[in-house]
Amino acid sequence: MIPYLVIIPLAAAFLIIIFGKITRPAGAIIASIASALSFTVSMTLSFSIVKYGVFIYKVGGWMPPAGIPMVVDSYSALILLIANFIAALVTLYSVNYVKIYTDTWKYFSLLMLMMAGVNGVAVSGDIFNMFVYLEIASLATYALVAFGNEAEALEASFKYAVMSSVASTFMLIGIAFLYNYTSTLNMAYIGKFIEGNGTAKIMSFVSVLFLAGFGLKAALAPFHAWLPDAYTKSPAPIPAISSGVLIKVLGVYALTRLFFNVFGMTKPVSYILIFFAVVSMLVGGILAFGQSNIRRLLGYSSVSQIGYIILGFAIGTPLAVMGSLFHIFNHSVAKSLLFMGAGSIEKTMKTQDIRKISGVVSKMPVTGYTSLIGALSICGVPPFGGFWSKLIIIFACIQAGYFGLAFIAAFVSILTLAYYFKAYAPMLFGAKESLSGALKNNRRQFLMDMPMIILAVVSAGSMLFLAPGIMNILMRLATAVIVNGTAYVSVILGSLK
Amino acid sequence: MCLILFSVGLYCVLRKRNLIKIIIGIGIMEYAANLFFILIGYRQEGRAPIYAHDQVIKNMVDPLPQAVVLTSIVLGLALMLLLVAISIRIYEKYRTFDITKINRLKG
Repeated sequence: MIPYLVIIPLAAAFLIIIFGKITRPAGAIIASIASALSFTVSMTLSFSIVKYGVFIYKVGGWMPPAGIPMVVDSYSALILLIANFIAALVTLYSVNYVKIYTDTWKYFSLLMLMMAGVNGVAVSGDIFNMFVYLEIASLATYALVAFGNEAEALEASFKYAVMSSVASTFMLIGIAFLYNYTSTLNMAYIGKFIEGNGTAKIMSFVSVLFLAGFGLKAALAPFHAWLPDAYTKSPAPIPAISSGVLIKVLGVYALTRLFFNVFGMTKPVSYILIFFAVVSMLVGGILAFGQSNIRRLLGYSSVSQIGYIILGFAIGTPLAVMGSLFHIFNHSVAKSLLFMGAGSIEKTMKTQDIRKISGVVSKMPVTGYTSLIGALSICGVPPFGGFWSKLIIIFACIQAGYFGLAFIAAFVSILTLAYYFKAYAPMLFGAKESLSGALKNNRRQFLMDMPMIILAVVSAGSMLFLAPGIMNILMRLATAVIVNGTAYVSVILGSLK
Repeated sequence: MCLILFSVGLYCVLRKRNLIKIIIGIGIMEYAANLFFILIGYRQEGRAPIYAHDQVIKNMVDPLPQAVVLTSIVLGLALMLLLVAISIRIYEKYRTFDITKINRLKG
């Protein structure tokens, strides 16, 4: 079942290219079907993971280390579930949104290619294969960011492409050093070798290279410069999927998988990660304050929330990791919702400037109220999801004895509330008369509204996932995978026999 | 040698103002990484890793880096094409290749 996660989007991408030229709506139809299918696959996969544990698919029937395996454990299953859920909704949302562009089938083809890459990263059990999937997803994203073909979009895309490809080259050199040291590319065998031979000096160099590479993909603070630019002028579904899926899977998932499960976490690395996390939280929060562009504000907010996620992983206690996983889920849902809302607002009012937008709730009730829920969830207002995950992370900080970190996390949470309130309160509830008569084309909004409603419901009810249930079990298993660190190696090698 | 090449590429990316020179810098960096990977697989007195009937597996260079580098060259090519296409479009919009003049995004 595992290879279908890569095959379905990849096949859809090529089918769209074939059929898109013949009939115009083919792109949207094929993409929607494919994303729904891969969401179903990831859902069944996570159900069976809970029952049976790890799944390994040996591509072409070759045994590792000669063959390239695809590995799904509970952590990958959780990430796949979130990624495909968001991707399916974003695809639905895109169907109406991209009608302002010509050649929409190219857009859907690129979107599916990106999803193939993202799913590939999550299932790959081989470090170079992971790099290849990561490059596929990144390349598709560069093209998608430039899709609008405006001057700013092209500039942002070029900037993103240059920075990201420098990071990729760092990763490639890191892989080369790692191969030189361990003489295998399979992640489980690399872990076994490192366990057997201890960490050499070269490992710290490799760690730095990977930290820089994945840090840029995850938009951690010193490497975050591409993110607000890339989000500003691209088509609105792109920041939604990028913030919800791309930076989580390409950055956070790949980083934690390698550092926790393959290399084994060491004290210096966790201190470096904590440092990056705190810097991102503060820099993202403070820079978001001065923004007047709605998407830039959301972009900086993403940087800040990624800081929370990395902080939880870096502390590394079971509670903190659990909080991080839950925050990945909550942030994906809420931030995609907010970007979709921003896209809808922008499409109707033709502006991204917060100061020019007002009275959204009265004119576009669905967009207004769903955005409100999303914003409240990200700020951490009690009944919504974001509150619980932040609470767990802050508790975990205190439990592990990092009182300063707990204070910073709480402070940034208040900061988040402040800038969201400053931006969203006038926008949603401001005076109505400043709206011009630009609200004519409000029909056929259903496909854009439906994903937002679903996301809002999930975001509002996500505390239910903490109650015993399938999601809870999955999160507990995923936490165990990360906390147990290099036990991953023996699990994989054990189930290969 | 590879590190020198890599540094030249990195210098190009960081210091040059021309879009095309930045792209060339990225190309140099990629080639440095690929060359490095190939050198890792090199064995003393090695020969090409082609397995035929009457040959023993001896003195072969490591074939895995070569497969890896082949893939990474293809990825690099795709990236290069995309970058050149974007920079052509940027030239159409801004009428310049100078990155100090392409600065409409701020904040």
